Amino acid sequence: MVPLSLYLALGAALFIIGVAGVLLRRNVLIVLMSLELMLNSVNVNLVAFSSYLGDFRGQIVAIFVIAITASEVAIALGILVALMRNKATLDVVDVTIMKG
Amino acid sequence: MGANSVEFGFFLFFAVVAVASALVVVIARSPVHSALALMVSLVQVAALFILLGSPFLAVIQIFVYVGAVMVLFLFVIMMLDVRKAARVRFLRGRTVPTLVVLVLLGAEMLILLLGSERFPTSAAGGEGAFGTGTLKELSTTLFTDYLFPFEVTSVILLVALVGAIVLARSKAD
Repeated sequence: MVPLSLYLALGAALFIIGVAGVLLRRNVLIVLMSLELMLNSVNVNLVAFSSYLGDFRGQIVAIFVIAITASEVAIALGILVALMRNKATLDVVDVTIMKG
Repeated sequence: MGANSVEFGFFLFFAVVAVASALVVVIARSPVHSALALMVSLVQVAALFILLGSPFLAVIQIFVYVGAVMVLFLFVIMMLDVRKAARVRFLRGRTVPTLVVLVLLGAEMLILLLGSERFPTSAAGGEGAFGTGTLKELSTTLFTDYLFPFEVTSVILLVALVGAIVLARSKAD
């Protein structure tokens, strides 16, 4: 049996890579994909704990996370399309309209 | 012992491919390459879900993430002009503080996770107090104990649907 800590380490590695993508990349699309990566690493942790502790309710939380992620992506890409129509840039640094 | 080493080998394979493709997501210059690498990573995680004994969640992962979310990403990438964005250099500006924070965060997580003795080393495998997590039990719990979060999720999905249509609609309409 694979030890639980290896699954958690995998989740941590995916999360760190996701954070690196959000912090280092300037492309909005890649920032959004890194966000997906982070949410997915949380799902790995949830399902691993649900399997190892014998409590399947962790899977239900993971289902909720997936559903919320789907709606988040729909909204984010809608905003992105609207943004590209007004200002043709994918660089997050150029998008500081809401900054005071 | 044979089954154990086979399972460990599968875990190692899926985990290594997932981490490698996740790195490609962050490093690749073209958003299309990133999207395809993210797809590979998500499929590996779905395989890990099967390894963890939750095939329903693996199917959901494939349907929703790989099927819906990634296709949405690829559609938007094809709609937008990414040729200019593809020329953007990977690292710009001051990245040293970010890297230091990332390394510290990663080291802290790994030390805490791998050094802890409190995690169970083997699966409960249905001996837990909450059943084995078959599809029947899962759906019964989802529609009884978690009915209110389920309804809230459906409302959120509806709001996201309407919001995406309103945001992406052109002003001419």
